[in-house]
Amino acid sequence: MAAPLLEVKNLRVEFPTRHGTLLALDDISFDIAPGEILGVVGESGAGKSLTGAAIIGLLEPPGRIAGGEIRLAGQRIDNLPYEQMRKIRGRQIGAIFQDPLTSLNPLYTIGRQLTETILTHLPVSAEEARQRAVRLLQETGIPAAEQRIDQYPHQFSGGMRQRVVIALALAAEPKLLVADEPTTALDVSIQAQIISLLKRLCKEHGAAVMLVTHDMGVIAETCDRVAVLYAGRVAEIGPVGDVIHRPSHPYTTGLMGSIPAMDEDRERLLQIDGSMPRLNAIPKGCAFNPRCPQVMPRCREERPELFNAGPTRAACWLVNESKVNA
Amino acid sequence: MTPLVQVRDLSKTFDVSAPWLNRVVERKPRQFVHAVDGVSFSIERGKTLALVGESGCGKSTVARLLVGLYQPTRGDVQFDGQPTDAAQNAAGLRTLRRRMQMIFQDPYASLNPRWKVLDIVGEPLREHGLVNMSSASAGARGADALKAKVGELLLSVGLAAADVEKFPHQFSGGQRQRISIARALATQPEFLVCDEPTSALDVSVQAQVLNIMKDLQRSRGLTYLFISHNLAVVRHVADQVGVMYLGRLVELSDKAELFGHPRHPYTRMLLDAIPDIHMSGRSRTPVQGEVPNPLNPPTGCAFHPRCPHANARCSQERPVLTVFQGVHVACHAVQEGRI
Repeated sequence: MAAPLLEVKNLRVEFPTRHGTLLALDDISFDIAPGEILGVVGESGAGKSLTGAAIIGLLEPPGRIAGGEIRLAGQRIDNLPYEQMRKIRGRQIGAIFQDPLTSLNPLYTIGRQLTETILTHLPVSAEEARQRAVRLLQETGIPAAEQRIDQYPHQFSGGMRQRVVIALALAAEPKLLVADEPTTALDVSIQAQIISLLKRLCKEHGAAVMLVTHDMGVIAETCDRVAVLYAGRVAEIGPVGDVIHRPSHPYTTGLMGSIPAMDEDRERLLQIDGSMPRLNAIPKGCAFNPRCPQVMPRCREERPELFNAGPTRAACWLVNESKVNA
Repeated sequence: MTPLVQVRDLSKTFDVSAPWLNRVVERKPRQFVHAVDGVSFSIERGKTLALVGESGCGKSTVARLLVGLYQPTRGDVQFDGQPTDAAQNAAGLRTLRRRMQMIFQDPYASLNPRWKVLDIVGEPLREHGLVNMSSASAGARGADALKAKVGELLLSVGLAAADVEKFPHQFSGGQRQRISIARALATQPEFLVCDEPTSALDVSVQAQVLNIMKDLQRSRGLTYLFISHNLAVVRHVADQVGVMYLGRLVELSDKAELFGHPRHPYTRMLLDAIPDIHMSGRSRTPVQGEVPNPLNPPTGCAFHPRCPHANARCSQERPVLTVFQGVHVACHAVQEGRI
């Protein structure tokens, strides 16, 4: 396998508060190969958006990286000064956020926002930048791009705005895109358009994607590999088909079973009782142990690391046990 | 047996005109949005009808019209054979309100943050005089009875009776939605209108809430109108499904029929657009276009600009919902046998 484009090793993010320090990301490790699409999935508060924010260097204070490292193409980017990180953002890492209205400046035409990004990062003339911007808008499927480039964000519909945001993220040909819930604010019919667009463009531009979402359907359709986060930790990571159809971690199993499926009829959905622990009350041992149907004494004491479980890797003592027994 | 809820030609028009002065100065005409336009359906006792559609299709407006939060512009709603029109039925309406309740989408906005759960869930009980609070003889016993009753309701949705003393902020999203359900159940209604009850929740919590709703339906014989944009959820809970597009019902049929043999091109498009976790790597026919502006809907069939089967008739003549092979569908192409 080629050298990974992005390496995240033992990443810890903490929030100091008056009532003590909260560990929001606890020892997260994964990597993304060039051109690969990695899905990051989990429930609200699992730390998926925070992982994205840490990678693009936009953690909201008082949140801070407390340990571990992030490397982009071998270069450490987690400890860069603000100005240097600014140059990497946009040029090497593009970002797409959930709400297309808040990620576009309402006072500037979209053409101005696009050319600004291009001129900041690429050595081209203003004329070339504008042509490039028009071409990008055409690529994202915006009709009459040459006229619409001089319009303001409010003149676009939600789906069209998200296309503009994608164009903006790809403007400087970054090698990595961090897409945080890019389709959550959109209707299903538009969501399908945006996902296939994102997939096609990243392939054409050779960009790798870290796709953060809570929608397993989107993950299944888009990603090569998927990381399942729970309470700030990686519960399971592996190829998308294996994680969805043959999950090893009881949390992944429960998560899959709780999704109403389109092709089978069940009287009741599988449910995981309780809810994810708050950051100030993460249980000892495995964070999932109070809700786990297969909990063992060891789970309440010792925290499991990521064990090899066939094609996937899962942080669960069961996986370790079955290997010892086999 | 007559259906519990019957809706005939229900319509709601909102006036979204600019203020009077702007209209005069800028010579703008009055503007109206037809949020719901001639919707008819009925729900059998103990069954669930789900309405699906994209944002702005009027599904939530239908929900609000049914419980009386909006007054219809045209058409009427009958509940258990009685009209729910406020003008002709003011006295009976109070009794009717007790028999139908609503669950809202956002459990953070629908619970008063300054009230204890006891007051939130107890309010409908007091309001409808279901627990005797006022008479002098009742006194403290009334308060105890209320507390006991609220505790009982909380238990039925999987919360603890001791939770009556807590405030909404002490609960997670899923637990809050259970409180909303407990409040809706307080008056022992027969009919619940659920407007996207799980859209704000995580999937594992959504599963808990959907399971509770199904259990309650079975044990209490409840009838649901379930509003959702999530077809997978609808498939799980509904008996009958209505698909809405720009304020109109375009298809209405049994769940199995709708998901097995969708007739209307819009229904087919919606079903095709859902990313499915069991079909990794499958390629889909991309959907064209977006929902048009409801202020200025297309002529004829509202879906015709996005429809692959549209012809001249579709752009001029509005199709009506008619029975076709046992399914209600509003489409010229289906009725002419073109698709």
